[in-house]
Amino acid sequence: MFVPGNNPAMMQDAFIYGPDSIMLDLEDSVTMAEKDAARLLVYNALKTIDYGNTEMVVRVNPLNTPYGKKDVEAVVKAGVHVIRMPKTETADEIRELEAEIEKVETELGCVGRTQIMAAIESTLGVINAYAIATASKRMMGIALGAEDYCANLKAQRTPDGMELLMARQTIVVAARAAGIDALDTVYSNLNDMETFRKEVELIKTLGFDGKSIINPRQIEVVNEVFAPTEKAIEKAMGIIAAIKEAEKRGSGVISYKGKMVDRPVVLRAQRTIELAIASGILTKEELS
Amino acid sequence: MEIKNASAGTFESGDIFIQIAPSTTSGVTIDLDSTVAFQFGEQIKRVIADTLQELNVTGVEVKATDKGALDCTIRARVTAAAVRATGVDVWK
Amino acid sequence: MSNIKDRAQLISEVAKRMNKNVYDDARTIKTISHKSELPKEVSKVVTLEEAIRGTGLKDGMTISFHHHFRGGDKVVNMVVAKLAEMGFKNLHLAASSLQDVHAPLIEHIKNGVITEISTSGMRGELATEVSHGLMDKPVVFRSHGGRGSAIATGDLHIDVAFLGASSCDPAGNSCGYSRSENAKSICGSLGYALPDAQYADKVVILTDDLVAYPNTPNSISERNVDYVVVVDSVGDSSKIASGAIRDTKNPRDILLAKQAAKVIINSGYFKDGFSIQTGSGGASLAAVKYIRESMIQQGIKASFALGGITAHMVKLHEEGLIERLIDVQSFDKVAAESIKTDPMHKEVTANEYASADEPGSATHFLDIVILSALEVDTNFNVNVLVGSDGIIRGAIGGHPDTAADSALSIIVCPLLRGRIPCVVDNVTTLITPGSTVDVVVTEYGIAVNPRRPELAERLKAAGLNIVDIHALKDRAKSIIGEAAELPFGDKVVGVVMNRDGSVMDVIKNIVD
Repeated sequence: MFVPGNNPAMMQDAFIYGPDSIMLDLEDSVTMAEKDAARLLVYNALKTIDYGNTEMVVRVNPLNTPYGKKDVEAVVKAGVHVIRMPKTETADEIRELEAEIEKVETELGCVGRTQIMAAIESTLGVINAYAIATASKRMMGIALGAEDYCANLKAQRTPDGMELLMARQTIVVAARAAGIDALDTVYSNLNDMETFRKEVELIKTLGFDGKSIINPRQIEVVNEVFAPTEKAIEKAMGIIAAIKEAEKRGSGVISYKGKMVDRPVVLRAQRTIELAIASGILTKEELS
Repeated sequence: MEIKNASAGTFESGDIFIQIAPSTTSGVTIDLDSTVAFQFGEQIKRVIADTLQELNVTGVEVKATDKGALDCTIRARVTAAAVRATGVDVWK
Repeated sequence: MSNIKDRAQLISEVAKRMNKNVYDDARTIKTISHKSELPKEVSKVVTLEEAIRGTGLKDGMTISFHHHFRGGDKVVNMVVAKLAEMGFKNLHLAASSLQDVHAPLIEHIKNGVITEISTSGMRGELATEVSHGLMDKPVVFRSHGGRGSAIATGDLHIDVAFLGASSCDPAGNSCGYSRSENAKSICGSLGYALPDAQYADKVVILTDDLVAYPNTPNSISERNVDYVVVVDSVGDSSKIASGAIRDTKNPRDILLAKQAAKVIINSGYFKDGFSIQTGSGGASLAAVKYIRESMIQQGIKASFALGGITAHMVKLHEEGLIERLIDVQSFDKVAAESIKTDPMHKEVTANEYASADEPGSATHFLDIVILSALEVDTNFNVNVLVGSDGIIRGAIGGHPDTAADSALSIIVCPLLRGRIPCVVDNVTTLITPGSTVDVVVTEYGIAVNPRRPELAERLKAAGLNIVDIHALKDRAKSIIGEAAELPFGDKVVGVVMNRDGSVMDVIKNIVD
């Protein structure tokens, strides 16, 4: 869920609506004059507010602006999970971001903590999708930004999204090939929940892992459409059991079906279970 | 350290508007107007004073208009105003 | 045969034994003018000053008002200004509630015109001044049901009631709506004014829409009315009631409403023939929208909806999902229009609504109530009257009445309002005892009163996020920090009466 980075009330509240991931925005929703103040607000919020198991993302300004590098320094220091790079067109941009992140992480002594999500918002970006998706081992997902992409494509946005089809499929395919998540663009008409639902159904069919949203009111629709399958729940429960098993052994290493389980997988498994409970598929009793 | 007039924050609910101006005296004076003055007035003043101290900013008058901001928001707004007033960024 | 002349002797003897006069036919005058002329001849219509003089009002007496015109009310200020001008002193003002608009009372209190107030609530400047110790005698706060009882038992004796009406005929038959083209200030039910009309020694109706006799069906009968005063306006209609369904767009309210709806649906009380009341908060109004879907899906109908009736409730009633509406106060124009035209939408007095003394009052038949709160404490006590800054800023309303009588009372409130916590160690003022509160719904989880373990089990089984109320309080503290003690003084500025007539709490003055 996108949350403007200069709005303290919304940043405090975002958590209660239970989005999988909260993306605090320093880019388009913040005016030039407020870039410094928003950066400080996001830094302090990340350091202080208890966001529970929610994945915390910050969309920074492009590195070629006067704000980008400061944004990266601030949010890495604040311990953000994921940095979202806007308007990514080439793999080099990701490598440049990675270098910036690594610089700060080295200073802090936590190299490798911060992951990267790239927003693809241009035709060149779509063409380079796979290269972007594999540009860094920190890459956890690629996302479509449809407004800028459409402007660049010289096409109009339509309710059925035909103009986005190739971009969407390219992104899903690139993400899958790279073994990372594919996330779809926002839908900004809050009063048309019907079209929104159709769009969510479409992108689920195309293979996306999730949808970016701009308002808590959109969460329920996405959750309903993306309600976890029996299989996903089974896997998540297996991973949770593996964690408990590891705890019992006093081991920090968690493995499930012979594979190492790292933090994002654990987070997602917990989230799957939470979603299953929230949608009434699972009760807490069944877990224990 | 040269101090200019500067401000940060908004008058929205959950935010605080901080104005910093150079003072004739050496310390920090804080004039607070808050919707939660009875319950959190002292706490808010303390956060403002501590934040300025960490940034080594003294000789200022602070006018704060609070609409129920949390401590982390107050710290962010005071820091932003101080950075703008002194021209010294916390992130070089 | 015996004719009346033969019986004259006997009639006279019987009359004497009964201590009565003998009928004298010569004294009978039959009016034979067309009856359309009559209202002019026997009209109760006088000026406000004539009405006040006619009632025999004296210094030290009790005058009463209703609050159906809400923030738009002009009656209280108009009447008290006239009383001040006429030189009255030491009056006790007993209103069903007071609002922001009643700030002019401050001057009348300072000048000694009003020296005592009873009400359900108080807001704005007047409330702030009272909280700072404006009055020598504490303001007495009662719930709506408690006020009805107090009036009926004589605990609260009203000498003269000044009641605004949206329409009235020259005999005094009046309503909170109007069937004339000149309708100006529509409020719907006059439920809170009806005990006053029934029990006050003298009743003055103020109206801005004098209609022809008979203004029936009426809500206040001419038999309870002594004077009728025609004024330019009894209220600002734009501030009396909003035009349409107030559909909240606030995502937090929507979240709370959905949670409250889930609580209701899984509570065990959601079955055919249930009854329900909602408070006036955005979240509790919206909850109705979400239980509607489940009512349709599960084929469940409600027998009645009670209390402040809203457009949402009217809609469900018109769809056949709620059989009857019992209305002590109409919250919007849709409800006000419905009560005028629909016989299944019934106006009730405050006593019929929520009196603790009357076994037949509607709250006794209530299954579920959804209420809001300023504060809830870890003992489930609720405060809806005094802000967390110690300043009076609300109204008791029917809160304690409905919580006590309903089978399931649900409080819906955000854990935090800005930096103000709503779940606290101890409420600033006790309004609704925790023994009558069953569930507290917040955006950080749902707390169930430990007195209701079976309810907690049902809700847990339905997958709801049931948490300990102490955990909610701790969560709030971890976000906002520890609040400082409020700077209370030693003066008692308010007394909170329980609905049974006992004293429940006091409100102390606040010192800046």
